[in-house]
Amino acid sequence: MSDSNLAHHFDTPTQQFEAAKLGMWLFLATEVLFFGGMFAGYTVYRTLHPDAFAQGSSHLDLVLGTVNTAVLLLSSLSMALAVHAAQTNGKRLAQFIGATALLGIVFLGIKAVEYRHKFHDHLVPGEDFGTGTHAETLLPSTELFFSFYFAMTGMHALHMVIGLGLLAWIGIGASRGRFSKEYYTPVEMIGLYWHFVDIVWVFLFPFLYLIG
Amino acid sequence: MDRSHHHVIEPKTYYTVFAALLVLLVLTVAAAQIPNPLVNIVVAITIAVVKAALIVLYFMHVRYSNSLVQLFVVAGFAWLMLLIALTLSDFSTRGWDRWESDIDRGRPPIATETMALE
Repeated sequence: MSDSNLAHHFDTPTQQFEAAKLGMWLFLATEVLFFGGMFAGYTVYRTLHPDAFAQGSSHLDLVLGTVNTAVLLLSSLSMALAVHAAQTNGKRLAQFIGATALLGIVFLGIKAVEYRHKFHDHLVPGEDFGTGTHAETLLPSTELFFSFYFAMTGMHALHMVIGLGLLAWIGIGASRGRFSKEYYTPVEMIGLYWHFVDIVWVFLFPFLYLIG
Repeated sequence: MDRSHHHVIEPKTYYTVFAALLVLLVLTVAAAQIPNPLVNIVVAITIAVVKAALIVLYFMHVRYSNSLVQLFVVAGFAWLMLLIALTLSDFSTRGWDRWESDIDRGRPPIATETMALE
């Protein structure tokens, strides 16, 4: 009896699974450098303008940022439980995937609220920056901090949106009974991706919200 | 047909890791209240690294993966360390603001034959 999930160039399902893991980690390594470039740039400019970065950070909402971090950590837990369900032919695979996606949407919603506050307070880099009520007290390089803030959290949010699309894909597959303990490779791979996006935020949060 | 022996981590481990992550989150927010900026950065980075390590080892199953996967993981972060270390060693050894340069004197920074050593 042939395994329709086993591609012809692999000898065993385990070999295929391990190869998929290597491929995904190779991709994640490129993502580490991708975000790493922005972290490196951030490190340089924070060293050069420590006061402006501290000032910019003080304008971010610490409560929303902390809540968002907890939301993402919880979504990683539900993703890990989803993989466990797949590994054990558990009944709740689709629910755990759904919970992960829901938490991801909550995260993006809170981010949207934060972005709206920034637009409202004239803290978006560009012509409009600093034209709000605290224009007199802003240091010149604080605009640079906000450039980093929007670039890094924006890129992270884009990765979240992509992750949501991937979760929808395996969520549909899960509800159709596509996965089992014999074959759950896509669930594991998207789990790796999702955890990685969580790790990026684990570093973004202290670097942006907790300066000074 | 081979029996795939993927290590299954019990949910209890996941819950414990999650609880640890939340505790670390509270710690990192609390540590940010300490007025010393150097302590702030060191504690923040340390806690972030510990959280990331927990997620990598347990949620991403790297603790129970084969050594090739573990090598790939380490390699990715090693290259990031290289990026940051070499960039910072460049910036921290520049002489900006340390002595007056040609540009400060209003001259282009080009050597000419009549220029004396200063």
